[in-house]
Amino acid sequence: MPILEYEALEVALPGMARPILDGVSLSVAEGEAVALVGESGSGKSVTARAALGLLPAGARVGGQVRVGGAELIGADADTVRAVRTGKASMIFQDPRAGINPVRRVGDFLTEQLRLVGGRSKAEAEARVLELLGAVGLPDPPRHLRQYPHQMSGGMLQRVMIAGALTADPRLLLCDEPTTALDVTTQAEIMAILRRLQREKGLGLLLITHDLDLAAATCDRIYVMYAGRIVETGTAAELLAAPRHPYTAGLLGSSPPLHGELTRLVPIPGSPMSLAQSAPGCAFFDRCHFAQPGRCDQAAPPLAPLGAGMVACHRVDELANSAAQEIR
Amino acid sequence: MSISTSLLGNPLGALRRIGGGPLTRVSTLVLVLFVLAALFAPWLSPQDPTFGELGNNFVAPSPEHWLGTDGGGHDTFSALIEGTRTSLVGPLAVVVFATIGGIAVGLFTAWRGGWVDTVVGRVLDILFAFPALLLAILAVALFGKGLTAPVLAMAVAYLPYTARLVRSLTAQEKVRPYIAAYQVQGHSAVFVALRRLLPGIMPTVLAQSTVNFGYALLDLAALSFLGLGVQPPTPDWGAMINQGQAAVLQGEPLSAIVPAVAVVLVVVAFNVVGEHLGDRLAGRES
Repeated sequence: MPILEYEALEVALPGMARPILDGVSLSVAEGEAVALVGESGSGKSVTARAALGLLPAGARVGGQVRVGGAELIGADADTVRAVRTGKASMIFQDPRAGINPVRRVGDFLTEQLRLVGGRSKAEAEARVLELLGAVGLPDPPRHLRQYPHQMSGGMLQRVMIAGALTADPRLLLCDEPTTALDVTTQAEIMAILRRLQREKGLGLLLITHDLDLAAATCDRIYVMYAGRIVETGTAAELLAAPRHPYTAGLLGSSPPLHGELTRLVPIPGSPMSLAQSAPGCAFFDRCHFAQPGRCDQAAPPLAPLGAGMVACHRVDELANSAAQEIR
Repeated sequence: MSISTSLLGNPLGALRRIGGGPLTRVSTLVLVLFVLAALFAPWLSPQDPTFGELGNNFVAPSPEHWLGTDGGGHDTFSALIEGTRTSLVGPLAVVVFATIGGIAVGLFTAWRGGWVDTVVGRVLDILFAFPALLLAILAVALFGKGLTAPVLAMAVAYLPYTARLVRSLTAQEKVRPYIAAYQVQGHSAVFVALRRLLPGIMPTVLAQSTVNFGYALLDLAALSFLGLGVQPPTPDWGAMINQGQAAVLQGEPLSAIVPAVAVVLVVVAFNVVGEHLGDRLAGRES
């Protein structure tokens, strides 16, 4: 049974031209690492936050989100709390913003165990010290007494990871966990996340805009555009043979990790805002292969193709060759 | 070193630590002196300010009557000191009620959001339209003269200022990721709002309340001046100014000037200190 399962999740804000999320279906199995990739504003963070019952205020919500079998959409406070305290936890993008700046790091880390889990201070501290060791923070006892401003971003993100693990979750949601860090620290943090995920057999949903990072870290990848999943497949497949023009565009616009550096091709235009909507494919305006009269008529459904799924009207004609061309 | 030990051990050092320019320091000193006067009034006032010798009215300042006597022969200096109590306790009560109420309203509405926020926001707008003094006079008309009715009415009138400030600060803090981090840890909304969000915004709220204190003092003194607040013989600055009116016309302005100067000093001092606190917080946040 998947630890995390979205079924046709729909989130819409009143007064907006298009929904934030439009029929998102996604699953993460126990012990599986899955990435959700997309540009800013594609809805990936909203997707992740929905798994913890954090939805935008005033939003209209449809579909289903299940964490460990517990349905979250329309759930009562107790169900949501049970998911938050035992099943899933989240690592936020900027640890400096995600940790209360006016309280000691030790308070932030032990509070969940003490105040929600009902453990004693000594028990909570012992558990936290163990976790701080596991995330590779030197001299944990000293850090418990420090304030967030006394620590570096990389150290704080380790604290955040330790904090997410205190309640022994089965699912870890990582919302761009390395975006706010510098490059060398990013690699360390990703290595820690991968190691812990494997050791503990956690389900992991990584939110990122970096397709290469996603492919290097995760088993499967979902690519999101304007609130919809446009392509999904195994990491290796997706990286080697992207089939949606958007996925291919993402790959073509970032430098490869290995091999010769070729000319980078940006995706023209800008992502569709919430104030815009299109009757057809949301990527129509920016797509190299868009065919007027076909692509702008109806939104392409997410259809199985090979081992993965793609939402593109012209996927059959384009096959791999055309999409490869723009790389 | 905690603030209390530094105050006891080295008062001048503590004054220096407050920072700011000379104006801020002098204002702080003024406030400390008046608070001390209020606390120790019975021991500090040389004479019973309610005891008047009619044959001894309008005495000029002398070793026996430091600031002279008023038209009823009461010692002005003693009345000033004893009056510090009622003059400070009134605004204190107003500010305490307004701050607690404002925090409750502001925090709740900003946290809930939606229509509750909108409706309460409009109600606060309506309250804003009533001058505090007018509301206090209405309360006196309904419930009688004295300190209680005006203080309660003014607490209601001052509540929107704090409520609106707390509301905007809470709305600002609430969307910050650390609040979401607390929520996903499974803490209750009440815990996150009251125990984690509120302490973070408290300094700004208290700075606003300090400024409010000055205005509340001014309003309550005005009310006493109109004869609707604290009633003689209880010493009160506003009431002293009221009774000094006749004396001013008789060419003996001292008994009215003294309490008036005290009101001005305290109000200005509260404003200066409050603004300084606000500036310091703004500087710290930027």
